[in-house]
Amino acid sequence: MLATLKAHLTDWLYQPRKPEAGTIVLSQRRVYILPTQHGLIFGVVLVMMLLGSINYGLSLGFVLTFLLVALALNGMLYTFRNLARLHVSALRVAPVFVGEPALFSLNLANPGDLTRHAIGISRERRPQGDENYCDVPSNAATHLSIAIPTQRRGRLRAGRLTLFTRFPLGLYHAWSYVHPDASCIVYPRPAPAGLPLPQADAAAGSGASYGAGQNDFAGLRTYHAGDPPRHIAWKAAARGQGLLTKQFSGEAASEVWLAWDQLPPRMDAEEKIARLTRWVLDAHAQRLAYGLRLPRLEIPMAGGEAQRERCLEALALCEISA
Amino acid sequence: MTKSATAVPAAAISLRNTVWITVTLALIAAPHAERLPLWLTGLAAAFCGWRLYIARMRLGLPSRWLMVGIVGAGALAILLQYRTLFGRDAGVALLVLMISLKLMETRTQRDGMVLAFIGYFLVITNFFYSQSIPTALYLLACVWLITATMMGLQYRRPPADTRSQLRTAAVMLVQCVPLMLAFFVLFPRVQGPLWGMPSDAFAGTTGMSDTMSPGTLNKLVYSEDVAFRATFTGGVPPQNRLYWRGPVLMDFDGRTWSTTPRAVRNQIEHDRRASPVRYTVTVEPHNRRWLFALDMPGLIPPRANLTIDQQLLSQTPITSRLRYDMESYLDYSVGAAGNPAPARMLALPRGFNPQTRELGLQLREQHGGDNEAIMSAALNLLREQKFVYTLEPPLLGAHAVDDFLFRTRAGFCEHFASAFVVLMRSAGVPSRVVTGYLGGEYNTLGEYLIVRQSDAHAWAEVWLPNRGWVRVDPTNSVSPARAEGGLAAALPEGAVLPRGLLPATPLFHQLQLTLDSLANAWNQTVLGYNFETQRALLTRAGLDDTSWRNLAIILIAATGVITLLIALITLRSRTGNRDYALEAYRQFCEKAARAGIARRETEGPLDFAKRLAAARPAQASAIDAITQRYVALRYKKYNKNKYLKQLRMHVRQLAL
Repeated sequence: MLATLKAHLTDWLYQPRKPEAGTIVLSQRRVYILPTQHGLIFGVVLVMMLLGSINYGLSLGFVLTFLLVALALNGMLYTFRNLARLHVSALRVAPVFVGEPALFSLNLANPGDLTRHAIGISRERRPQGDENYCDVPSNAATHLSIAIPTQRRGRLRAGRLTLFTRFPLGLYHAWSYVHPDASCIVYPRPAPAGLPLPQADAAAGSGASYGAGQNDFAGLRTYHAGDPPRHIAWKAAARGQGLLTKQFSGEAASEVWLAWDQLPPRMDAEEKIARLTRWVLDAHAQRLAYGLRLPRLEIPMAGGEAQRERCLEALALCEISA
Repeated sequence: MTKSATAVPAAAISLRNTVWITVTLALIAAPHAERLPLWLTGLAAAFCGWRLYIARMRLGLPSRWLMVGIVGAGALAILLQYRTLFGRDAGVALLVLMISLKLMETRTQRDGMVLAFIGYFLVITNFFYSQSIPTALYLLACVWLITATMMGLQYRRPPADTRSQLRTAAVMLVQCVPLMLAFFVLFPRVQGPLWGMPSDAFAGTTGMSDTMSPGTLNKLVYSEDVAFRATFTGGVPPQNRLYWRGPVLMDFDGRTWSTTPRAVRNQIEHDRRASPVRYTVTVEPHNRRWLFALDMPGLIPPRANLTIDQQLLSQTPITSRLRYDMESYLDYSVGAAGNPAPARMLALPRGFNPQTRELGLQLREQHGGDNEAIMSAALNLLREQKFVYTLEPPLLGAHAVDDFLFRTRAGFCEHFASAFVVLMRSAGVPSRVVTGYLGGEYNTLGEYLIVRQSDAHAWAEVWLPNRGWVRVDPTNSVSPARAEGGLAAALPEGAVLPRGLLPATPLFHQLQLTLDSLANAWNQTVLGYNFETQRALLTRAGLDDTSWRNLAIILIAATGVITLLIALITLRSRTGNRDYALEAYRQFCEKAARAGIARRETEGPLDFAKRLAAARPAQASAIDAITQRYVALRYKKYNKNKYLKQLRMHVRQLAL
């Protein structure tokens, strides 16, 4: 009951936002600030110093105490200023397999003339102590990443992240929430290696039809969407000839269909996905051409990096109605 | 763009921060070194060195039990040395010991923060001993260092240079000054301490004692410390009339004069024959109750009493610098009516100084009951017998006065005063010893009189039937120069002078006086700012209601206004949202648009430049220069300022 109330209050106070696309500016209204534990201890020290100064009539004790009171107030402004007005945008997140941490990176741009020091990122409002930090030099930008553990295949949203700082004095904790429109594709966990690919040997030897290999450079053709980026002829692109894809010929690759239906019906759906994932990885490793058949989706026969990504993403996002 | 996402391991304190915090704490504690026992200073220094060595060599910290053992032993040693663990001196010693221990236990950034806070606290302990301008400046530098140290603890990667760290700390502190001043002036001051102070809170201050035995005063003479300063509203009376009345001593045990102050009368009873001298005294704390005034005080300051013996006593020991207005009658008559001299003023211990008592009886026989004649005769005796005034009198035996009067015949003012009073009492003349100061140095720069401990003096007071208590300075009979020109003039040639009395070069002397007038101004305005001066200042500023509630309201308002102003300065956007390169490029595009070639929305700078150059081949090179610089500023890391300057220049000069 109390927890619910607290959650409501927190929501009302900090106004959770929907994911924001593009650049998020940490405007002054979005930055919150509270004293840290150290700040409270400092307050107690100040009170002790004030009482001592009064009792012993130490004029310079008053001077020092009041200087530190002013310093504490000024520190609040400095901590606030260290975080406010940063421009935050999310970067593309590389896909990961279940169990690997998803690394969300934010681009922090500092349009001002003051270097921002020790900006941290965390998923919790209160940092736990193992956060990443970065400095953002004046008129420059820096990447700051946070690793989020993955437990399920599918699309993992960044959720609400907290950017915080305690610089310069450590007496205050200033923070701001960002909810970037960023997500990470989490591939399914592959089944243990060992099971052979379906009908792989049946296709072997006969498959001269799909002659694209990866060993010897054979020529250039115009780029088609889905060609692996490392096959693009960047030098030619730099010369202004437009995008061309390098073609290779080599050992003829075999063809293999990886199909949902091939798997025994008594297998659990997630197990099937795990098995298909393993096959995609194996087929890719053996440089085969392969296609993927899922209950409502078919990915045509192809090979290379792009095909691997396409298939794994399909498996990650595959929805099975039970 | 830099790729910089580094995971920070447990926030262990870095070598850099360890050095900062250790050195800073050592600097703050340094002034205590002269007061702490040598073993403790050595221990603290060794701990500092040890901690730095551990940090440098990446060794582990010593075991906790070893530390507990050392601290236990240290606390025991402090207890034995000071006989207590409380109070000012023992407290500071204990604090230094504890900080040394904490330093050896400092592992993390958090520990470092706690040490920084203790550092601020350690600064304040220095003020127990000195609040002079040099001390204040030194500790201000220390505060700057701690602040920078605290900043250092917050960095997640070492800053590129230490200078920016120090500069930021300095800027932060400078911005604190207005608020600090507002608090200092407006924070309601209270009278007196909140709770009892340790008995030794103000120990170690030099000054007059309430006893006088041979050697008491000439120890003071070697001290250059200021006893008090006086500002006269009229002219300053001549040197030989500046008898600053202090403790009046009435009881003699054969060697030492002492006193317990007599009853409070609080009545100015002498008749005023002349207009009084008016002045203000600022007395340095001496931890005793007496106040100094010229013979005879004609005014009782607030929270002070006047005894029957015309001695001014504060109601509480003077533990902080005290300022009071005073007026004195240099020509006076006190105690003439009746016989206010009880047996106490004639008492002498039995069995001491038989020769002097014999001489006293002889004088009484010669002159009958005429006290004044006896007094003159005694003074003549001193004058004729070739007594010598010296800072290094020979040692005296059990019959100190006999030895002095009949054998050594060399002494300091206390010898003369003591012998004279013993002689007077032997002759049946009521008399007593008065101690205090004689003279003072006039500081023309600050227009005040400085009275130092080296001006300490002792004289006698004799009761004459029709005149009352009369001041007699026996030293004057021997060495008239003492009253006229001070101690240095009174001593025979070739005598070893105390350092403070050495003839200084005029330039050096002038410098000394300048520094003292600075110190005086500091004392009066900063250190002397208390309940009374606050009320006076605020009343003069037109504030009638100086109750703490009113002050609190004003203070809160002032804090708000000042913080707002500082916030405007610190939070103003620093070119933050202005993109100078884009502004210049927009001007360029506007020029082109006016010339009929507007940039299309989807057109990149390079394409636009190509199109524009084709239309205006004469300006092709200028267009190219502008575009190149804009692109460089936009997408590459170059010398921004130089490129920006060139970009603006080219845009300005471009004519399409």
